[in-house]
Amino acid sequence: MKINPNVPLEYGTEENSNRIFGFWIFLGAEIALFSTLFAVYFTLWNRSGSGPTASEIFELKGVLVETFLLLTSSFTCGLAIHAMRHGFKKATLVFFAITLLMGLGFLGVEITEFVTYVHDGATLSTSAFLSSLFVLLGTHGLHVTMGFLWGAAIMIQIKREGFTPDTTNKSFIFSLYWHFLDVVWIFIFSFVYLKGMM
Amino acid sequence: MKLDEFFVTGEPMIYAAMVSIVVASLAILIGLTYFKKWGYLWREWLTTVDHKRIGVMYIIAALLMLFRGGVDALLMRAQLAVPENGLLDAQHYNEIFTTHGVVMILFMAMPFIIGLMNVVVPLQIGARDVAFPRLNAVSFWLFFAGAMLFNISFVIGGSPDAGWTAYFPLASLEFSPTVGNNFYSISLQIAGIGTLLTGVNFIVTILKMRAPGMKLMQMPMFTWSILITSVIIVFAFPVLTVALALMMFDRMFGGQFFTMANGGMDMLWANLFWVWGHPEVYIVILPAFGIYSEIIATFSKKNLYGYKSMVASMVVISLLSFVVWAHHFYTMGHGSMVNSVFSITTMAIAVPTGVKIFNWLFTLQKGRISFTTPMLYTLAFIPIFTIGGVTGVMLAMASADYQYHNTMFLVAHFHYVLIPGTVFAVIAGFHYWFPKVFGFRLNERLGKLAFWLITIFFNVTFLPLFFLGLNGMSRRMYTYSEGSGFGPLNMVASIGAVGLALGFVVLCYNIYWSFRYAPRENVNDPWGGGRTLEWATHSPVPEYNFARTPNVKGMDAYWHSKKENQPLFEGKIEPIHMPNNSGQPFILGVIFFFLGFFLVFSWWIPSIIAGIAVIIMLAARTFERDHGRHIPVKEIMEIEEKHGGELV
Repeated sequence: MKINPNVPLEYGTEENSNRIFGFWIFLGAEIALFSTLFAVYFTLWNRSGSGPTASEIFELKGVLVETFLLLTSSFTCGLAIHAMRHGFKKATLVFFAITLLMGLGFLGVEITEFVTYVHDGATLSTSAFLSSLFVLLGTHGLHVTMGFLWGAAIMIQIKREGFTPDTTNKSFIFSLYWHFLDVVWIFIFSFVYLKGMM
Repeated sequence: MKLDEFFVTGEPMIYAAMVSIVVASLAILIGLTYFKKWGYLWREWLTTVDHKRIGVMYIIAALLMLFRGGVDALLMRAQLAVPENGLLDAQHYNEIFTTHGVVMILFMAMPFIIGLMNVVVPLQIGARDVAFPRLNAVSFWLFFAGAMLFNISFVIGGSPDAGWTAYFPLASLEFSPTVGNNFYSISLQIAGIGTLLTGVNFIVTILKMRAPGMKLMQMPMFTWSILITSVIIVFAFPVLTVALALMMFDRMFGGQFFTMANGGMDMLWANLFWVWGHPEVYIVILPAFGIYSEIIATFSKKNLYGYKSMVASMVVISLLSFVVWAHHFYTMGHGSMVNSVFSITTMAIAVPTGVKIFNWLFTLQKGRISFTTPMLYTLAFIPIFTIGGVTGVMLAMASADYQYHNTMFLVAHFHYVLIPGTVFAVIAGFHYWFPKVFGFRLNERLGKLAFWLITIFFNVTFLPLFFLGLNGMSRRMYTYSEGSGFGPLNMVASIGAVGLALGFVVLCYNIYWSFRYAPRENVNDPWGGGRTLEWATHSPVPEYNFARTPNVKGMDAYWHSKKENQPLFEGKIEPIHMPNNSGQPFILGVIFFFLGFFLVFSWWIPSIIAGIAVIIMLAARTFERDHGRHIPVKEIMEIEEKHGGELV
């Protein structure tokens, strides 16, 4: 394996550098995916039929906690990559652990919120507005869940193998993914929750 | 669920199909066992990550699906041949035109093109494989799982019956209560993920893996068309993913996206579908343009006229393809302002397309033209496609469209675009690149016979439909009265369809005949006029494509190296790094097939188990460490020796 010493380890081999580039393009497809979901939501968000409207069900407290958790986790994820670049294995693992735990916390709050909605009679099949809300939030939540499993798998690999071209490449790509989920959440927070509560 | 609901019952033709499926499957299983080919099949094909073999598998699958979709077409033409025909009932006819459309577009045209691009693009850019060979195999097996899942709907559960566009509310649970449209949403979803991954793979391959010296504006035109197509795939397919997911939620989980009550909006489906659907048209047509460009240049012995304008027009087409979708439903009431805007953008597409047509004509001008089979298809394409294009501009005029919307005129139009555009192109490309993969050319006499049959009977089949449409025959009508006067032209079209089928039979016979009797040439450039890098290496291409990486100095690198006697390949041979085969993509495909099947029938426990199996496969991949292998110099020299000693 030819490793170029002039770039960070995760970019070192041609294959790994292609992987990072390919993942950026995949994120382009993800942007198209979430854009479509947002377009569907914006089309349907006023069409609540006989069900509750956005302002009737949204509650700021849970959403703020979610936002705080996810934004901070993005910061710690950045710190993990920073530590990785310096070769600090333990710090990287700790920061990744914090990141994933916050992701888990986020999921916990989101699931609680969903349960509350359903308990109040606002389900997927109540109205077009709620269908689009659940599918938009659910797709994001599913991404966070997959990210959690993926990140945990990468942590095990770093623990076992240390920093190799493989593990650093995987960690870096995971961080791109995690930041992307954060960006999507900012749009959800602004254009779903804040707009809906106004 | 009762067994007689699970299997499709009550139709003698379906029983015959079941019997033939069982017999054919048994024959394959017994044949593989008898000839002891299981190991060969597994080692050489099912686990392969070689782009050429994956391409060949795509093309075999596409030919099978061509047969399936073709039988659908023949059944439709048989039903419509005479007035008040009772061969098919309305429901069966609905299912058949639905599966014909889906199979031909998504499981025939797309995989045929993806197969050709798999075989050709890495060779044209002087690479050893695609950027992500393993992912490429995953793409194929996901496509294949989706295609098989869609096809079993024929005998198990019932086929989708709401048209290939699956408009709501018709496709909703209320009006299509069978599992047919569940098959539609889930099998297309699985195949679509595979296609999306192919798009990502080829963008990276083309942008990052070109041979040293090959600038973007020196790439072969086919490679350019694939790059642009891949970009369209990456931005269009996620829309389909969402649309199909919403369809699944509506049909299986009580979602209210496209319903008639509770705030749902049925037009949302039409919009989402065509925001993907129209770019999809260009996903199947742009590679065809690329194929024609290669063939015209090769068999005119000239370089392609207007290279830059060719690239520019493809880029313009790709951008316009995203802003014309509403022309598919002018009559569904979105007002004259919206209709005008979409009318203009639609007509604008004729401009870059016209540029391409003229560039091909100018390439032909004063060329030394050799009339080979691929060239004949190309030459026939230009006038026939122009008829399709001009009738397309007629349909683009929103106010006039009210006259022929949803008539046979439209059916004639899109067959006039898709058959000479895409089908002729993939057949031409198939003949053209066939010797690169197998080392011998298909028989020219049989090839030309098939060409004349296909071209003549294509026109006999579809030209009458223009007039039927203008006379008021609407599409998707399972029968008509004698008094309508549609009978004679329909009979002509049906006779044409039989001739067209005969043409495809000759085409298949040609493949069989050539495998048995065609002389093995094994020369690098069997057509004698190859211009691009794929003709610089051996036929059949060795596993590693090029023993040494070519040094590209300009456009049409192989042609110029021949003319100017400059070596393309320099330096000494080094060990070549190649990826290892893997069974994971195949297993993943099988799991996805079962996951899809269980979801179609809403069998939740098996679905969850299959879903967990998918996650286990993903985990196995991330924990795997496979850095491929190196082919030693000695082995390379032996392989090169076997190919005639001329070192490339």
